[in-house]
Amino acid sequence: MRAARTPSGGAVAVVGAGMAAARFAERFHALGGRGEVTLYGAEPAAPYNRVLLADVLTGRYGAESLTLPYGTAVARTGREVTAVDPGARVLRLADGTSAAYDALLLATGAEPVLPPVRGLYGPDGSPREGVHVFRTLGDCRRLAAAAAAAERAVVIGGGVLGVSAARALAVPGRGPGGLPVEIVHQAPHLAERHLDAQAAALLRHGLAALGVAVSAGSRARALRGTGRVTGVELASGRVLDADLVVLACGVRPRTGLARAAGLPVRTGIVVDDTLACAPGVYAVGDCAEHRGTAYGTALAAWDQADVLAARLSGAAPGAVYSGSRPLARLTAGPLEYAAFGETGGEGPGLDVLRLADATRGAYRKLVLRGDRLVGGILLGDPAAACALSRAYERDDPLPVDPLSLLITRGASR
Amino acid sequence: MSGVFRAGNTAESATTRAAATLLDMTTTDTHCPYCSLQCGMRLRTADTGAAPVEVLERPEFPVNLGALCGKGRTAAAVLRPAVRLTEPLVRDVRGGELRPASWDEALDRTVAGMSAARERYGRDAVGVFGGGGLTNEKAYLLGKFARVALRTASVDYNGRFCMSSAAAAHRRAFGIDRGLPFPMADISRTGCVILVGSNPAETMPPALRYFRELRENGGRLIVVDPRRTRTAELADLHLQPLPGGDLALALGLLHLVVADGHLDEDFIARRTTGFEAARAAAMAHWPERVERLTGVPAATLAAAVEMFTSAPEGMVLTARGPEQHSKGTDTVGAWINLCLATGRAGRPLSGYGCLTGQGNGQGGREHGQKADQLPGYRSIEDPAARAHVAAVWGVDPACLPGPGRSAYELLDALGRADGVRALLVMGSNPVVSAPRAAHVTERLRALDFLVVADPVLSETARLADVVLPSAQWAEETGTLTNLEGRVLLRRRAVDAPPGVRDDLAVLSGLAGRLGVPKGFPADPEEVFEELRRASAGGPADYAGISYARIGAEDGVFWPCPDEAHPGTPRMFLDRFATPDGRARFAAVSHRPAAEEPDAEFPLFLTTGRVVGQYQSGAQTRRVEELNRAAPGPFVELHPALAGRLGVAEGQLLAVSSRRGRAVAPARVTDAIRPDTVFMPFHWGGEGRANSVTNPALDPVSGMPEFKVCAVRVERAAAEADR
Repeated sequence: MRAARTPSGGAVAVVGAGMAAARFAERFHALGGRGEVTLYGAEPAAPYNRVLLADVLTGRYGAESLTLPYGTAVARTGREVTAVDPGARVLRLADGTSAAYDALLLATGAEPVLPPVRGLYGPDGSPREGVHVFRTLGDCRRLAAAAAAAERAVVIGGGVLGVSAARALAVPGRGPGGLPVEIVHQAPHLAERHLDAQAAALLRHGLAALGVAVSAGSRARALRGTGRVTGVELASGRVLDADLVVLACGVRPRTGLARAAGLPVRTGIVVDDTLACAPGVYAVGDCAEHRGTAYGTALAAWDQADVLAARLSGAAPGAVYSGSRPLARLTAGPLEYAAFGETGGEGPGLDVLRLADATRGAYRKLVLRGDRLVGGILLGDPAAACALSRAYERDDPLPVDPLSLLITRGASR
Repeated sequence: MSGVFRAGNTAESATTRAAATLLDMTTTDTHCPYCSLQCGMRLRTADTGAAPVEVLERPEFPVNLGALCGKGRTAAAVLRPAVRLTEPLVRDVRGGELRPASWDEALDRTVAGMSAARERYGRDAVGVFGGGGLTNEKAYLLGKFARVALRTASVDYNGRFCMSSAAAAHRRAFGIDRGLPFPMADISRTGCVILVGSNPAETMPPALRYFRELRENGGRLIVVDPRRTRTAELADLHLQPLPGGDLALALGLLHLVVADGHLDEDFIARRTTGFEAARAAAMAHWPERVERLTGVPAATLAAAVEMFTSAPEGMVLTARGPEQHSKGTDTVGAWINLCLATGRAGRPLSGYGCLTGQGNGQGGREHGQKADQLPGYRSIEDPAARAHVAAVWGVDPACLPGPGRSAYELLDALGRADGVRALLVMGSNPVVSAPRAAHVTERLRALDFLVVADPVLSETARLADVVLPSAQWAEETGTLTNLEGRVLLRRRAVDAPPGVRDDLAVLSGLAGRLGVPKGFPADPEEVFEELRRASAGGPADYAGISYARIGAEDGVFWPCPDEAHPGTPRMFLDRFATPDGRARFAAVSHRPAAEEPDAEFPLFLTTGRVVGQYQSGAQTRRVEELNRAAPGPFVELHPALAGRLGVAEGQLLAVSSRRGRAVAPARVTDAIRPDTVFMPFHWGGEGRANSVTNPALDPVSGMPEFKVCAVRVERAAAEADR
C-alpha cells in the first residue's frame, strides 16, 4: 500500500463537481484539511444532489434546493477538463487554459449508456428531437419542458432509473406529470439485476396503477419519425407511439481522461485501498473501480470520498477503503424497494425465506448462508428494509429463528 | 436572615403554618434537592428547627402543582446524620485512614495544600471543580473564589457533563442560553412536541403531566430514543435511531421539510440568517441515506415530518440523549434548524428547548464556575465583561485569569506537569460521573492534594486528603434557576447537624486564610445581592431579582434587568438575542461517533438514568426506599442479542470497551435495539458504567461522549455467577 501523498497546503484539483467531488471537498474542509481545493465541473450548475433528480421532475424539489455543500472549495463550473498530465501535474481546460496542482482527484462520474437503437440521431448527427437522457440537472430541465408539451412517452430501460423516470412522468404532481408512459425493457422482467420475477411482477402491478405500462422482454429496435420522434419500433415489429423517448439504459464510468493520461482503467479507473490510481492521483465515485467493482451508487461514492478526505486532510492518514456493501434502492412515490447482496438465492448452502402479499404489493425475500444474511429483496414495505439491510451491511449474526425476520417491523414502530 | 424565610409567603402556607404551629410544628416552602424541575415542596419540622423533617406537597407552586416523585418524597432521608458526614476528616499520610478533625485543622490543611501547590507549580496548579447542584450563590462565590482568592484559570464543573452542548448551540443560534424559552406549562398547549433523547418518565416524573396534557388536548408527541422508554410508550410516534444518529436524523427531517414544501419562507426571510448553507447541508441527507445512518426507516421520517408540520405550533425539546456526544453541539444545532425552517421559534407555543438535568443546571452555568465564563453568562475573554465584573469585585481586570480547561481536560491533566496539583471539589462526584472513570480516579490519586466538600462521603470524597462536611438543601437558603429560567428560592427549614458547615462559610473561611478577607460573605442573600450587580447588563441578567420578589411571585424569569421589570417567561417573541436580532441556522453535517462498533467491539453502549436514582447516586443511594426500587446497575439488552450470547435475565454480563470493563446483571427487553446495550450510570464499583464510556470531547462545548461507545458484551466469568 502506497503512502498517502498529503498535499499539506498544496492545491488539490478535482476533475468533476458532482456528488463525490462535493463530498470530498466538504469533508476535507470539515476535517481541517489545508490547501486549496478546486472543483472543475463540466456542468454549469454548482454541485447538486443527483439522487433526487427524479423528484425534481415530479416538482417535489426545486432545482435550486438540490445544492450540496462543498466546504471552502472553489467550484469552477462550466469548465470542462480536456486533459490531465499527471507527470507534469497540470490539467488543461476546454477554454485552452491550464492549471497546475499538487494532488489530482478524478471524480468524473458516469455517463449514460446509449442503447443500440437506430434513429437516435437525426440526419445531421445531432440527437433527435424528443429523445432524452436523464443524468444531469440540465437533462432534467429539458425533459420537464418537453414533457409539458408531450402526449405519450416511452422509457427505454426498466431499471431503477427507468422506473423512477416513468413514474415521474406519469404521476400528476407539481411537475409536468400525467403522461401515459410505457417502459420497454429488454430483460424478461423489470430491474432484473435486483429483483426476482415475483418481486418484479408486483412492481409492474404498482406501475400499472400509476398509468405506466411495461413491455418486458422487448427490445427497442429503432426510433420512428423524421425530425421529431414519433414512435418506438420494437424487435417484434410492434410500434409504440411516442413523442417523448427517455433512454434509461444504465451508465458507465467516465474514464476517457484517465485512459488518455495513461492511468489504469478497466471498467472504471482502477484504484487501490487508498483510492489512488497512480502516485498523487486519486479517483472516487462512479468513475472508480475498486477491487473489481465499479459501484455506481452515491452512497459508495461518499464512502470513498470520506476515506480519501480523511487521508488527504491529515485527519486519518492511514484510513483505507475496503469496499461498500451497496443497497439498491428505488424510491418512486408509493413504489419502493430495497435489494442487496445475492438476491437470486440459487446455490449450495443458501436458504431462502420468502413472504408475499400480492394484495398489498408487499414482498420479502431473504437469502441466508448459515446465520448470516447474504441477500434480500424488500418490496413495498421499506420499513423492514432498514433493519435488515443494516444486518447485511454489518454482517451481523441473525437471530436463532430467522423466520422472525420476515415479520419484523424494523427498529422503529 | 433565614428566619424571615422560614415560612412561605402565600396565604395558604400561612394558614398551614398556623395549623401546624398548634402541633408545635412549622412549615417551610422550598424546592426539591434533585433535578432541574425544582418542584415546589413544603417541609414540616418541629418548631425547634431540628430534624426530623417531613416532605409535604405544595400544590400551589406552578411547575409541579404538588406532584413529587419518589426521590422528592424521600428527600429528607438524606438529612439523617447516620448517612452523612458530620465532622471534617483529614488524612495524615497517603494511603492512611481518614480521621476526624476540627474545622480549623481541616481548613488550615486545605490552605496549606493549596499554597504549597501554588508556590511550587504556579497559580493554575490550584484548581476548583464545582457542580450543577450548587445554588447560584455558591456557584457564583466558587467562581469568584477561583478568580480572586486563588487567581487560577483552573475552574470548571460537572455541568460540562450535563447540558453544555445545548448551551453552546443555544448561544450559537439565539445569542443566549436559557434551557427553555417558555414555561413548562406551554408544552401542554402546543400542537406537536418532538422529544429527543429525553426520558422524563424516569428523570423528572412530575414533568410528565405536561406531555400527557398535550395529548389530551389533541397535540401529538414524537419521541426519539434508541430505547422504547416509558416516555416513548406515551408517544404517538417513536423514532428509534442508532446511538449517535440524532444529528443525521434531524438533518433528514429538515431535508423532508424542504422536499415536502413545509418551509416557512416568510419566517426564514424575516427572522433568520444562514438558511442557504443549512439547506445545502440538509440536501446531503436524503431519506435513504439517513435511513442507513440512523436505522430509522425513511417512511417513519416522513411520518414525523408530517406530524410535526401539520400542527400549527410545535416544539423540539432535547435532553442528554443527543447532547452527550462529541458532536452534541452540532446535533442540537440541527434540531434548532428544524424549528427555524418551519417557523417553530420566536412565537408563542413554539420553539426549541433543552430539558436541563441537574438541580441548578441552568443557574450553575450562568455565574462563573465555568472555565470560560464570568457571572451573568459573560465571556471571560470579553474585555468589557472583565471590566464590569472586576469593578464589582473591586479588583484590577488584568488580575482576572483567562479561560481554563473544560471539565474532562482539567480532570485528565490532574497531577501532570502542566495540570492541577491541588484540587477543591465542591458538590460533584467525578469518580462515578466522569467518563473513563477509572482513569479519572487515577488522576485524582495523582494529585498532591485533594479536598472535597460534600454532604456525604462520596466515592470522590473517599480519595481526599481533606473532607469538608457540607450543609444540604433544607439546611441552607439560596436561589436556583430551574430549567425554565425561573429563579427560585430554597429556604432553610432546619439547622444542619453540629459539625456541618454551609459551603459559603467554607469559601469565606478559606478566602480569609488565603489573605483575602473581604468579598466572601457567608450570608446567601448578601452574596445574591452582589450576584445581581455582577450579572447586571449580562445575557443572564438577574439585576431586578430579589429574595422578596422570588417569594412573592413564585419565582422570577431572567432576564430581569431592573426591579420594575416583570421578568421574561417567554423569550424571543420580538427578536432573538443576537446582534441583528435574527436566529442563526447552523450549517452542520453528520459525522460518525468518535468510536463506532467494529469486529472487536461490535455493539453500541449507551448510558442513562433510572427513576429511583439521581446522577452519581451520592444522595439517592443513601435512601432505603429508593434502593429497594433501584438496587443496582444492570445491562439492558435485546432478546435476540441475549439469545446469541446465551445469557438469561439476571445473569452477570461483562461490558468491555477500550477503556475498561463493567459487570452487571442482564435485563432482557425488546425495548432496546438489538445492536445496542444500555447501562444506567448511578453506581460506582464493578458496575460503574463510566468505566467503559468514551471521553472524546465535543470541540465546541467540551462535552464527553457518554451516550455512545463501542463495546463487547459477554457472560462474566462463571465464578462470578455463583
